[in-house]
Amino acid sequence: MSESLIFHFDVDGEDFTSAGQASVQVKKNLRRLGISPEIIRQVSIAMYEGEINMVIHAGGGEADVVVSEDKIEIILADKGPGIADIDLAMQEGFSTATDSVRSLGFGAGMGLPNMKRYTDEMTIDSVVGEGTTIRMVVNL
Amino acid sequence: MKIGTIRDLLEATVICGEDMLDNEVHSACGSDMMSDVLAYVKDQAVLLTGLVNSQVIRTAEMMDMVCLVFVRGKKPTQEMIDLASDSGMAILATDMRLYEACGKLYVNGLVGNGRKA
Repeated sequence: MSESLIFHFDVDGEDFTSAGQASVQVKKNLRRLGISPEIIRQVSIAMYEGEINMVIHAGGGEADVVVSEDKIEIILADKGPGIADIDLAMQEGFSTATDSVRSLGFGAGMGLPNMKRYTDEMTIDSVVGEGTTIRMVVNL
Repeated sequence: MKIGTIRDLLEATVICGEDMLDNEVHSACGSDMMSDVLAYVKDQAVLLTGLVNSQVIRTAEMMDMVCLVFVRGKKPTQEMIDLASDSGMAILATDMRLYEACGKLYVNGLVGNGRKA
């Protein structure tokens, strides 16, 4: 694979039921490319958590997955409320999710820590009132 | 343990994946919190849960699970059944509570996170 492959998705923020569709598709695409199952799992869990976050907190956004020779990059960009205190948001158990989100099985404050745990690099750029862009890298 | 044995032990009905009853699974976990499944589960093939929505199926798919067991008499929607079938997952449903269902499987040798029963 000499050139990068890019998968682009619009993540619908209206419908929690459909959240995760992009991650499922990425998982299928990576399988077709013959990427190892452990790497696929890392990428898809990290992206799924990010996708759920975009739907819960930001009203959706855009997701890009770039597969190159030595790494897979996941870029999640939204125009949501932004993260006021990133250090706090990274703490396990801290969550601003509502009770209705918790009743759906999410909002335990594990999303961002989990994304960091399953990837080799993660950076968060966020401006309150403008949005958040998260870039994650899994090395191949 | 075969998926068919799980069905027998939990007196469960098979919602989809009849053809998978002879497949062997080696570990399981139980949770209603998908965030925790994504955070703490590793290599478990079976998820027992009382939560019913499409994210349960997607979470299980992300974790490479092969069998879902809905407890407390919960029944998945057709959309969930279709999602699971597409992903090659079996779905069982039992009237047992989560604790009881997990206990039955555990004492019969289906371990949790790599520890011996």
